[in-house]
Amino acid sequence: MSTPLEQSHWHITWNYFKTSRGGMIGLAFLVILLLAVIFADFIAPFDPALQNRQALLLPPAWTEAGHLPYLLGTDAVGRDILSRLIYGARYSIFIGCVVVSLSVIIGTLLGVIAGYYQGWVDTVIMRIMDIILAFPSLLLALGMVAVLGPSLINAMYAIALTMLPHFVRLTRANVMGEKNRDYVIASRVAGAGNLRLMFKTILPNCMAPLIVQATLSFSNAILDAAALGFLGMGAQPPTPEWGAMLAEAREFITRAWWVVTFPGLAILLTVLSINLVGDALRDALDPRMRRS
Amino acid sequence: MSEVLRAEQLCRYYSVPQGFTKPKAVVRALNGVSFNLQAGQTLAIVGESGCGKSTLARALTLIETPSAGELWIDGKPIDFTHKPSAELRRTIQIVFQNPYGSLNPRQTIQQMLDEPLLLNTTMSKSERRQAVATMLERVGLRPEYAERYPHMFSGGQRQRIAIARALMLKPQIVVLDEPVSALDLSVRAQILNLLTELQQELGLAYVFISHDLSVVERIADQVLVMYFGRVVEYAPKTTIFARPQHPYTQALFSATPQARVGEKRERIHLQGEPPSPLKPPSGCAFNPRCRFTQTICKDELPELRNLEGSQVACHLAPIG
Repeated sequence: MSTPLEQSHWHITWNYFKTSRGGMIGLAFLVILLLAVIFADFIAPFDPALQNRQALLLPPAWTEAGHLPYLLGTDAVGRDILSRLIYGARYSIFIGCVVVSLSVIIGTLLGVIAGYYQGWVDTVIMRIMDIILAFPSLLLALGMVAVLGPSLINAMYAIALTMLPHFVRLTRANVMGEKNRDYVIASRVAGAGNLRLMFKTILPNCMAPLIVQATLSFSNAILDAAALGFLGMGAQPPTPEWGAMLAEAREFITRAWWVVTFPGLAILLTVLSINLVGDALRDALDPRMRRS
Repeated sequence: MSEVLRAEQLCRYYSVPQGFTKPKAVVRALNGVSFNLQAGQTLAIVGESGCGKSTLARALTLIETPSAGELWIDGKPIDFTHKPSAELRRTIQIVFQNPYGSLNPRQTIQQMLDEPLLLNTTMSKSERRQAVATMLERVGLRPEYAERYPHMFSGGQRQRIAIARALMLKPQIVVLDEPVSALDLSVRAQILNLLTELQQELGLAYVFISHDLSVVERIADQVLVMYFGRVVEYAPKTTIFARPQHPYTQALFSATPQARVGEKRERIHLQGEPPSPLKPPSGCAFNPRCRFTQTICKDELPELRNLEGSQVACHLAPIG
């Protein structure tokens, strides 16, 4: 290898990641989004729940009827759309993080156990996962939320559950592939117990596909939460969640295009950039995809 | 000299599913292998692919529990029903064939060599660090390499690391499962030299598994030839190289290229393939491929018997 010897795995991965234009664009967008989320209180021109009766359904500022400071216009009750989008990003990122962490942690745990022990443990875990997979994911989430009661938190649990099988399957397959490799056996001969073998020896070698799957699930989580919000089963008004915003605005779709367009665009761009980053990450982490 | 390893009729069977309706078949990968090994000596296990060499290595290190037979390590009988104790692990260790698969790609060399000490001893962190540095030097690597990852090393260096890891607990016996067959020739010689030095320095006993007879000739004291999970010939190196008794050993030895000019030798070509483990031949397992096969070979399984300083499992020996 011509690269300096002291480079770590992550350094090499980053170097490969940098070569992907799509990945860098996506990453840039996400960084901007993250900054907006952190500094929402300073950037957003208005309180997201503040209603202005003088400016109902005001078009964006660059159109003839619109005016500043309502840059992207207002919705049916006179709330600033830009401010709501900025605060909405908070919810979306929060939803993505919580849902993905929940399903990654639980899914990896179950997957490692199933793949390592095999036998009846594997059968039990995998059949449960098959049952979850058998339902269309949104329908299952909808059913769970209907039982638990509509709220953002319940929607997140429900979405996390529907994503679980993907992580379990992925981890299990990787663990089964790794567990009979010589380095695992060497570790066992050195005296490593089951827990150490599972989580310290095998798991770090299965991380690359999991990271990619987690990235791609992040966008799915946002999308599913938006879908649940759209159906009234997720975030409740006046929470400025993007999906819920879309749902509230759908009756104005013929009269005020901006009320639906901007939340939709926000979801689209975020999901797109996360997918771009995920793709670039997969290429960067997979040695076979690397160009030399 | 003291005996550090003794195997009696060691067996390892696998059951193979034959489909939904048929009963499971049993594959006898290791079928009654006996030998003993003295401290500081090298026993070479020789045979073609699939003859049970690696199964033997895994049974000796208890990676796989033997199905039957007895094993004494350092004079103590091993109870196969229990998990191997820390004490046992300190006595017997293994080096694998492929140095690209036997080192964890996500661990630094330090972490890798530290693991056996961490799990089996009560040494402090700085003591362990010191032990790792000392061991790296002993196997011919720079102590600074400890913080590097395996992908930064060449095949020979990796095998040195694998040897270092096996020696961390100061074992008496090291099972070397084809340790040099994945390396190119010049590196092979260096690793063999290293192994010889370490053996003299630390009084190690080696179980050296190989299919390369030139390597065996260099390193072995005793040679055990396996065919189809059984011992066909077991003798001191000089005896077996001077006069191989079993027809299979003879064929194996005649297949080694000779560097000496002028020496002419008959090349024995074996016919056919090794038998299918699911359908073992009756009598001597070698009879379908043997040049000398007679009726008794197909009817009766030959036992190991003493013959001119060797132990041979052949009805017809001495022959050829």
